Amino acid sequence: MGAGHAHVLYRESDSPVHRLPPEVKIAAMVAFTVAVVATPREAIWAFGAYALLVAAVAALARVSARWLLVRSTIELPFVLFAFALPFLGAGDRVDVLGLALSVDGLYGAWNILAKGTLGVWASLLLAATTSTRDLIVGLDRLRCPQILTQIATFMLRYLDVLVGEARRMRVARISRGDDPRFLWQLRGFAAGIGALFLRAFERGERVYLAMLSRGYTGRMPAVWQGAGAATAGQWLVAATVPVLAGTVAATAAVLT
Amino acid sequence: METLAMHISNGIINGPVAAIFAVIALAAMAFCVVRGRQDLDDRLAPMAGLVAAFIFAVQMLNFPIFTAGVSGHLLGGALAAMLVGPWVGALCVAVVLVVQALVFGDGGVAMLGLNITNMAVIGIAAAYLLIALLLRVLPRTTAGLAVTAFVAALVSVVVAALGFVLQYQLGGTTDLGGNLAGLAGTMAVSHLLIGIGEGLITATTVVTVAKVRPDLVYALRALKPATPASVPTVGGVR
Repeated sequence: MGAGHAHVLYRESDSPVHRLPPEVKIAAMVAFTVAVVATPREAIWAFGAYALLVAAVAALARVSARWLLVRSTIELPFVLFAFALPFLGAGDRVDVLGLALSVDGLYGAWNILAKGTLGVWASLLLAATTSTRDLIVGLDRLRCPQILTQIATFMLRYLDVLVGEARRMRVARISRGDDPRFLWQLRGFAAGIGALFLRAFERGERVYLAMLSRGYTGRMPAVWQGAGAATAGQWLVAATVPVLAGTVAATAAVLT
Repeated sequence: METLAMHISNGIINGPVAAIFAVIALAAMAFCVVRGRQDLDDRLAPMAGLVAAFIFAVQMLNFPIFTAGVSGHLLGGALAAMLVGPWVGALCVAVVLVVQALVFGDGGVAMLGLNITNMAVIGIAAAYLLIALLLRVLPRTTAGLAVTAFVAALVSVVVAALGFVLQYQLGGTTDLGGNLAGLAGTMAVSHLLIGIGEGLITATTVVTVAKVRPDLVYALRALKPATPASVPTVGGVR
């Protein structure tokens, strides 16, 4: 299940992209995605340009294309949805290899594939270059309400608690003669899910009280802040990607 | 371990509709932040984090429905509403969605408003309304609590799924014509099945927590201040 997901995507490395402050990267990534989504789907060349931008950032961040492609499989259900559209769509039909496909559906499929994939790549690049801790610092600096960053902090912290507790309970079951194999282990797991939640909560409560007694006030300590907030120069550097994407989107909108 | 996405990804719903729902979601979340701040005390803060982590883990369980290319997964909205209340609960689900969109590419960032509206606003609202109603109507027993949790979870999943159908009708990028009814049917039936699974998990979890630590269940604190659901028993639930 969620084993180690909290850190699994981060690629420890030192690149210009890694060194950018997190808030700058989050803002750039969101702006880039909005530009991509706003692009009219008929402008196929524009999506090629976006892919080049993603490739450039990936190269700068030393993220391999193979890693990006393997991780993109998260998108699979929507790819399947996209492939269904040409058959389901209404309106004009066009003959492709003897199949009468909906023109609108074909464009729709392309739209989902292109925009979805670019969006996934953008977030994967953010995840690969930003640790989850930095992500929360970034959200905090972007004036995200403290209650939200607090929940997010605890969520990421407790994911490990939950996974650890699940592992301990599994070991306990096995040592008492349970023989979990394949699907059968689901039964034992399902029966114990309530207990898992409670045990994780009680451990989590102790974690929280320990934090409180060490001076936690709902905001993460200054150590987390690392190199400090982004400078104007760093904002400018990070803005290049969304500005280029915005230019492409505007051109595409004018041309089509 | 590969995980699959279910949240709406970029390009499924057109920009203007996504923007409208982003505004709706933002307003709803702002309201929840204000109300949630009053709720969040020393007992609720770690609970909110754990509920969010639990939902995060549970949403990794995914059921692809290959016939229509649609997939679904457990949402955890009813669990959140039950344990931390509607305001903090909605924030928990929203945080899960934001982190998943930012870091895992699960659900497009530009579609966050739609996903938050479906799962954090509609799902939680449906769940909490049912919880508030059923807890008053049903007997104050463990069985009553289990039924409440089960029904609230089941209905909230189906309602959230239908939220997607509504959004697709408003701004789907591809006109499905008569097939929209088919999409609605597929979504409803598949999420009915998912809802049963979600209902069972929610009921088991809530009953266990209520048995051992009834003080932790927000719905019991807020709606039934006097008596806990049952006498604490040893050994948890099977």
